[in-house]
Amino acid sequence: MADFDQELDASGLNCPLPILRAKKTLNAMDSGQVLHVVATDPGSVKDFDAFAKQTGNELMESKEDGGKFHFLIKKG
Amino acid sequence: MEEKKLAIIATKGSLDWAYPPFILASTASALGYETQIFFTFYGLQLLKKKLALEVTPLGNPGMPMPMGMDKWFPVLGLTLPGMQGMMTSMMKKKMKDKGVASVEELRDLCQEAEVKLIACQMTVDLFDMNTAEFIDGIEYAGAAAFFEFAGESDICLYI
Repeated sequence: MADFDQELDASGLNCPLPILRAKKTLNAMDSGQVLHVVATDPGSVKDFDAFAKQTGNELMESKEDGGKFHFLIKKG
Repeated sequence: MEEKKLAIIATKGSLDWAYPPFILASTASALGYETQIFFTFYGLQLLKKKLALEVTPLGNPGMPMPMGMDKWFPVLGLTLPGMQGMMTSMMKKKMKDKGVASVEELRDLCQEAEVKLIACQMTVDLFDMNTAEFIDGIEYAGAAAFFEFAGESDICLYI
């Protein structure tokens, strides 16, 4: 997994909290910085894809590892 | 990209039906939508400082019940005193266990994201509701005010 500037653990949280927490964290970050989100909600896979498409942030990576979902989002 | 708009009318005042308006509004805000929720009739319960929302299995054959009770437990039994409170506690516990936010938390997130919450003035008058019981930061208006925003909206939902 590539480098990231900030990490957000959204494990155990259900829809829509992972997205809302990610948005809040991104708000405090600079353009071009990368956020690493960890989630356990299977719905978050499609949600982070949709979130990135609609907000102009780039979903650099999305993968599952040991029952957890990892997302790398670059702030647009 | 021009800001999209989401207009929601929230008409229901039960624990389960409190979720759709707040989930959709908070998520829409995170996606960059300008969002308003117009609360009318029983929906006004969702604006109380102290939420006393309950869930009822009565008249709701789609509600999953513990131990498959919906298959063998007589419907009449659901009218017993305390049944609604029990169902509400069980639902709240289940939500907590599954990492589902509380209604209060989602409502706070909506206000933080500047979702505009509007209480129907007519309903307040109709039920003699005490506005001191409502949360701060809400507006009171009528149908025409709703249309001013809804008429310009990209998505309009009646919940």
